[in-house]
Amino acid sequence: MMKFLKLKPTVGLLSIPYSLIFIFFFFIPLTLTFIISFWDYNEYSIIPDFIFENYAYIFKDCLNFEEGICVTFKTYLSTFIFCFITWFFTLIIGFFVAYFLAFYVNSITWQIVLFLLCTIPFWTSNVIRMISWIPLLGRNGLVNDFLLSTGLADAPQEWLLYSGFSIVLAFVHLYTLFMIVPIFNSMMRIDKSIIEAAYDNGANGLQILWNVIIPLCKPGIVIGSIFVITVVMGDFITIGIMGGQQIPSIGKIIYVEMSYLQLPAAAANAVILLALTLLIIWIMTKMIDIRKEL
Amino acid sequence: MKKSLTRRNMLKTSTAAIGAVAGAGLLKGFPAIHAADAPVIRYLGTAVNMGDAVQKKLFDDTGIKVKFIVKTTDEVVKTIFTQPNSFDIVDSEYFSMPKLVPSGNLLGMDTKRIKEWDNVTTAFTKGEVAGKKIGDQGTAPKKVMYLKGAKSKEFASEPTQYVTLIPTVYNADTLGIRPDLIKRPISSWAELLNPEFKGKASILNIPSIGIMDAAMVVEAMGEYKYPDKGNMTKKEIDLTMKIFTEAKKAGQFRAFWSDFNESVNLMASGEVVIQSMWSPAITAVRTKGIPCVYQPLKEGYRAWAAGFGLPSTTKGRQADICYEFINWYLSGWVGAYLNRQGYYSAVIPTAKKYMEAYEWDYWMMGKPATADIMSPEGKKLASKGEVRDGGSYEARMGGVACWNATMDENKYMVRKWNEMIAS
Repeated sequence: MMKFLKLKPTVGLLSIPYSLIFIFFFFIPLTLTFIISFWDYNEYSIIPDFIFENYAYIFKDCLNFEEGICVTFKTYLSTFIFCFITWFFTLIIGFFVAYFLAFYVNSITWQIVLFLLCTIPFWTSNVIRMISWIPLLGRNGLVNDFLLSTGLADAPQEWLLYSGFSIVLAFVHLYTLFMIVPIFNSMMRIDKSIIEAAYDNGANGLQILWNVIIPLCKPGIVIGSIFVITVVMGDFITIGIMGGQQIPSIGKIIYVEMSYLQLPAAAANAVILLALTLLIIWIMTKMIDIRKEL
Repeated sequence: MKKSLTRRNMLKTSTAAIGAVAGAGLLKGFPAIHAADAPVIRYLGTAVNMGDAVQKKLFDDTGIKVKFIVKTTDEVVKTIFTQPNSFDIVDSEYFSMPKLVPSGNLLGMDTKRIKEWDNVTTAFTKGEVAGKKIGDQGTAPKKVMYLKGAKSKEFASEPTQYVTLIPTVYNADTLGIRPDLIKRPISSWAELLNPEFKGKASILNIPSIGIMDAAMVVEAMGEYKYPDKGNMTKKEIDLTMKIFTEAKKAGQFRAFWSDFNESVNLMASGEVVIQSMWSPAITAVRTKGIPCVYQPLKEGYRAWAAGFGLPSTTKGRQADICYEFINWYLSGWVGAYLNRQGYYSAVIPTAKKYMEAYEWDYWMMGKPATADIMSPEGKKLASKGEVRDGGSYEARMGGVACWNATMDENKYMVRKWNEMIAS
């Protein structure tokens, strides 16, 4: 607080526009969501109240494991699993793509060109992109044609599409870029002489990677991970379309509730989702202090 | 220095003046119908039935322009609740009425101002087709048609002067199939869960419509006979969802769909060979040259119906323009346009005047086409000699078993539906 007061008044002034945007378009809506999650509702209106029913409803039957785990837990579990697998693959692929771009591509022009290539998945609309997977992965798609014609499979492989596999594939395909950018950014700031020093002291390539580059890339890795995890946690379009609408997601539940004007129920779900996502991010920032590293 | 200050002041005052004028203009022009300019109607709806051709014809005939606010069925309902002044006219479905009418956000429509009211099909006004009663399970239009008064929030059981929506379009929905991949006749809703089509079936993931298709299937399988499919008890919802959850776990469904285009792609790519489907989706698959049939089934059809409503704040000139638009809509040209897409117009005699005899025979009478049948966009839908799936208007609408519905246990139903998706 003292530090803040010591700042020059102009700094305070400069922060006003962003603070206003933050307050009006983030803080107020979020507060309203939180408040409404305690309201009551009927078919056509929401009623100011202070009840815990919306939350109780979400976790109804969740402590009774006789009939298997409840929908809410099942849905979160499935979302967490997608989150973890997507995070793992985007991290591995993203790290090495960034590594290649940062250390093996020397001209800035080529770096830009290759970066643009990475953005190709974003050039078409979400729905078109999803539908385009059908001719590739579908029952009569290219992959199945190949498998059948080469005798690698006797029957079309159905798990290629509308499955957990296709969801992870679409996520990785899309969000690897979110890992590449911050990791690349971290790598570009590594002083080349540090690597040279490690090399001169007899470290081999693997040791340099593990003991020098990865520790110095940690902020980039954490930022990329936050991007990927928050996006996957809230996603319902990709899971919906690639999963053939048969695989649950929290986002989808919120969306359906909103369509049926069950706004307080949707708000309660949103608050829980937000709390869990923040918890994950909090744990990650505990592991590494981004502010210090930046 | 002083000079520049005055100049700045000048600028300030003039900007303020412009602002004031603009503001006044806004106030006057709100809601979007200008006294001097061509009248504009803000049209809230899914707009699936309002192609460019309709807008152009409307402007040529009446000088009215339409500004679309395009949303999905569920979002239309949400908009009526949350922004009742953001539109001048709404195109909504009857099954939303039990939710919408108690809110008082819609105006009772005065049937005396509708020229063709007496010619509105009896499927709406009496629940009859050709003098015979049709299925009325679910939110049948006649149940939610009449209001006790212009500002009433209650439905009247007997015909009155005021109605909830002026009917425009409706249809009888059934399952779509790929005859080339199934290679045998299909005649019952029960086939949707037939293990023969394991991994090749689909149902739509819109709970209020999907549950009705599910109920048709459960009844056709002989598992249960509902007193009213359109208003299930909690037990009945549990039963229906249990059967579908088991089928889902056994891998019966390739996918669920929630978007029109998804259903077209599932069918066209052959991922799915039998699924719930909408009439224009069948047309879209067929215009790709892929065989697809809107299969009539012995248990009957699931029907839906839509119409125009006005926000309760409508009055004066704004109301005049909206009624003029509705009267134009029912005067025949649009009716023919709708009929040619495989829907039905609410006022049949006027639509007939705008259709060629061979078109009428194919679409409405169920006779073999005597010439190639074209869509309104000029694409070929059927060749000479073909007969419409399901046949004539009387056979199709007469075979309606139930209507899209809002149930008393809607909240419970949506939750159970989500559970099935999550299972």
